[in-house]
Amino acid sequence: MTTLLLPGHLGEIVGGRGRVELAGSPATVGEALAALVATHPSLRDRIQDEQGRLRQHVQVFVGRDSIRYTGGLATPLAPGAEIHVLPAVSGG
Amino acid sequence: MKKGDTLLLVGTLKGAFLLHSTAGRKTWKRLGPFFRGQAVYALAYDQRGGRKRLFAGPESAHWGAVLSYSDDLGRSWSKPKAATVRFPKATGAALKRIWQIAPARADQPQVLYCGVEPAALFESRDAGESWSLVQGLWDHPHRPRWEPGGGGLCLHTIVPDPTETRRLFVAISTGGVYRSDDRGKTWRTAHKGVRAQYLPDKHPEFGQCVHKIAAHAARPGRLYLQNHWGLYRSDDAGESWHDIANGVPSDFGFALVAHPHDADTAYIVPIESDQFRCTPGGRLRVYQTRDAGASWRPLTRGLPQKNALETVLRDALTTDDHARPGVYFGTRSGKVYGSADAGTNWRLLADGLPAVVCVKAAVVGSASA
Repeated sequence: MTTLLLPGHLGEIVGGRGRVELAGSPATVGEALAALVATHPSLRDRIQDEQGRLRQHVQVFVGRDSIRYTGGLATPLAPGAEIHVLPAVSGG
Repeated sequence: MKKGDTLLLVGTLKGAFLLHSTAGRKTWKRLGPFFRGQAVYALAYDQRGGRKRLFAGPESAHWGAVLSYSDDLGRSWSKPKAATVRFPKATGAALKRIWQIAPARADQPQVLYCGVEPAALFESRDAGESWSLVQGLWDHPHRPRWEPGGGGLCLHTIVPDPTETRRLFVAISTGGVYRSDDRGKTWRTAHKGVRAQYLPDKHPEFGQCVHKIAAHAARPGRLYLQNHWGLYRSDDAGESWHDIANGVPSDFGFALVAHPHDADTAYIVPIESDQFRCTPGGRLRVYQTRDAGASWRPLTRGLPQKNALETVLRDALTTDDHARPGVYFGTRSGKVYGSADAGTNWRLLADGLPAVVCVKAAVVGSASA
């Protein structure tokens, strides 16, 4: 099972939960985020722009590692991975 | 809230505020912030078609911009599952900021326009529920060569022509003024005579950094323009422009607004220069013309005249449309000043706000939006 951990604003959008567990086993971060927004469509425009690109000031970590340095959305996921979707310090 | 009450909509870099007063405009009640932490560059109050709809374009630095509206003066806001102002996939573009929300003419009560960054125009024909890209402007051959100004490449001003039903003006930094005479299908430049001080060619076909334009309902064809260096008037719907920087301390500035009833009266807040974007001499002064730009005089009563290095941005100066109109502006230092007598006397209406980027006024029950 893959778990997504969402901060305050995103957590509110999904009904106050800061944690979403995906039923399947996505192979990459991109697949996990696609599964997340398919289940929670209101998150799509918050995390991605209209062209499907991750927003500039959104940071994604697998465990403690930023996907910026591990292959971006193609970063592979091990079983039981935890993905953090966080507001970057560069925004705001 | 009753007919004749006055609403000031104040957008800041960290949220939106509402200031509410009676027709007398002596005391103001503050509501907000709405959209805490988000920049709100665009606000509008739409009273057409029986609505009392407040529009906002909040932009989260992290989670993007989503146009929202409230029918209960900010107590609750629409929360669309998907952003309603969005670029079609085929454009390859993504919305960065909503710069302007403009109700169309009163006889088109379901129509609104929205100007955004990257520079584009959107139209709604269902009172703001859904929006579509105005493809005619997006496809304009100049668009790939428009350049961003300091605020980004934005379509920041939309002026539906007060008398010609199908005519619309937009201003783009930097691109210039574009005019459509067929409700947005085709566009042509409308900035002949407006100089581009910062280019080798001072009068290029396009590329002018127009900061604000304003029209006047009572005088067909009359427009005023505050440029990135340059102050202009047109009396032929933008076919030609004439320099009216007569007696101002600087013709650099952002903010400009026309008087709601007198076509010869307009207001600006001059800024020293593009290199020092503050009020000249540390004096906060609104300048008023009452002769269509032949002369300007400073309005100072109640405004600080020393140690006031302020900046008033392009959408942060406005008027209401009371018989004796109120004039209002907000500063980057978080102050809002207002005058209830067309600019003669000024008072500080709010202080300690985040940087003000937008001020709009509405009179409840007024025909104009």
